[in-house]
Amino acid sequence: MDSEAIEAKVKQIIMEKLNVEESEIVPSANFIEDLRADSLDTVELVMAFEDAFQITIPLEDQDKLQTVGQAIDYLKEKLAS
Amino acid sequence: MPIHNAKFTSFGSYVPKKVITNFDLEKIVDTTDEWIRARTGMMERHYAEPEEAASDLAYIAAQRALEASPLKHRDIDMIIVGTVTGDHAFPSTACILQKKLGMKNIPCFDLSAGCTGFLYSVDVAKNFIENGTKHNILVVGVEILSKVTNFKDRSTCVLFGDGAGATIISRTERNDISRIIDSVMYADGSQSDLLYQPAGGSRMPASQETVEKNLHTIYMEGNRIFKNAIRSMYAAVDELLRRNKLEAKDIDWIVPHQANIRIIESLADKLHFPMNKVIVNIEKYANTSSATIPIALDEAIRDKKIRRGDLVILTSFGAGLTWGAILARF
Repeated sequence: MDSEAIEAKVKQIIMEKLNVEESEIVPSANFIEDLRADSLDTVELVMAFEDAFQITIPLEDQDKLQTVGQAIDYLKEKLAS
Repeated sequence: MPIHNAKFTSFGSYVPKKVITNFDLEKIVDTTDEWIRARTGMMERHYAEPEEAASDLAYIAAQRALEASPLKHRDIDMIIVGTVTGDHAFPSTACILQKKLGMKNIPCFDLSAGCTGFLYSVDVAKNFIENGTKHNILVVGVEILSKVTNFKDRSTCVLFGDGAGATIISRTERNDISRIIDSVMYADGSQSDLLYQPAGGSRMPASQETVEKNLHTIYMEGNRIFKNAIRSMYAAVDELLRRNKLEAKDIDWIVPHQANIRIIESLADKLHFPMNKVIVNIEKYANTSSATIPIALDEAIRDKKIRRGDLVILTSFGAGLTWGAILARF
């Protein structure tokens, strides 16, 4: 899966899970502060990424995914390895 | 093949009278009704009185299960109590319950499997029935979590309540449609530090310091448990369905552990199972650990939701971590 496809899929998942507009999903957007997610939404988001990309995101990595940009970068790196 | 079949004969439950609403909690800790409802689905929970212990709740639930059955006290030949908040460190709450019920000359023991305690206990009882050793086993899930709740931790203190649920598991005839069909139980001790009570055992005995630091209360990493809960219950239910050549649509009811409405909804979503066939009472009792499933079953049967012949899946997860699922025809 190439970079653009990963990004598109991540955005689609965020839109669906958090009920936000595509225009709000910018790299600097923090899931909790900007996209109005609560702590359980962020866990559900991680689980949606796991299901969509067929990967496992360890518990200790969950906290690294706080913004849209961090999530995209993390997933790109994970899928490249 | 087992020699005999086991079935649920009857249920009974009891919750203490005192009701604590979200608004009551707003006065004790920095939280709001809206926050609690949105994240947990909980509105009320019941708290035991200072003088009430686990065996007191268990006794009433057990009496109600006995009254709902054709059995007499002398027919019960074993007691298993699933709990993590028993009357004492020892002896077992099952032995104290035996005394209260006036039963003699039967084995009684507690089983510690966190919130999965009731399912583990049912699974053990099922095996004792199936191998022909016992005829009628009283199984109780009971907790008084309000007495181990950390009221300085606003993220966990709203979650817990007190209650007891009891069932009698009996040997049944081969041609009886009602039976406990299959079960799966698992644990992952490598994650035991996600949910535990730090002090009061041999690792950290009670001292002035443990009391001052609130270490005799529940410590939980909720966000981490959340994901484990959904994944593990889904896997257990999926394994049961596959092994019995069933699909989710063949199931009449799912009765999940009542820890968080969002865990329950997420599980139902993953299973493609409609929420109107999931038994939910979390709004009334919050999380009563090993008591949630037997209380929910008792209510669902008395409300005539679950009827004889219905195919039901019970599933739970909890401290340990432990998890499991049971498939039964009622």
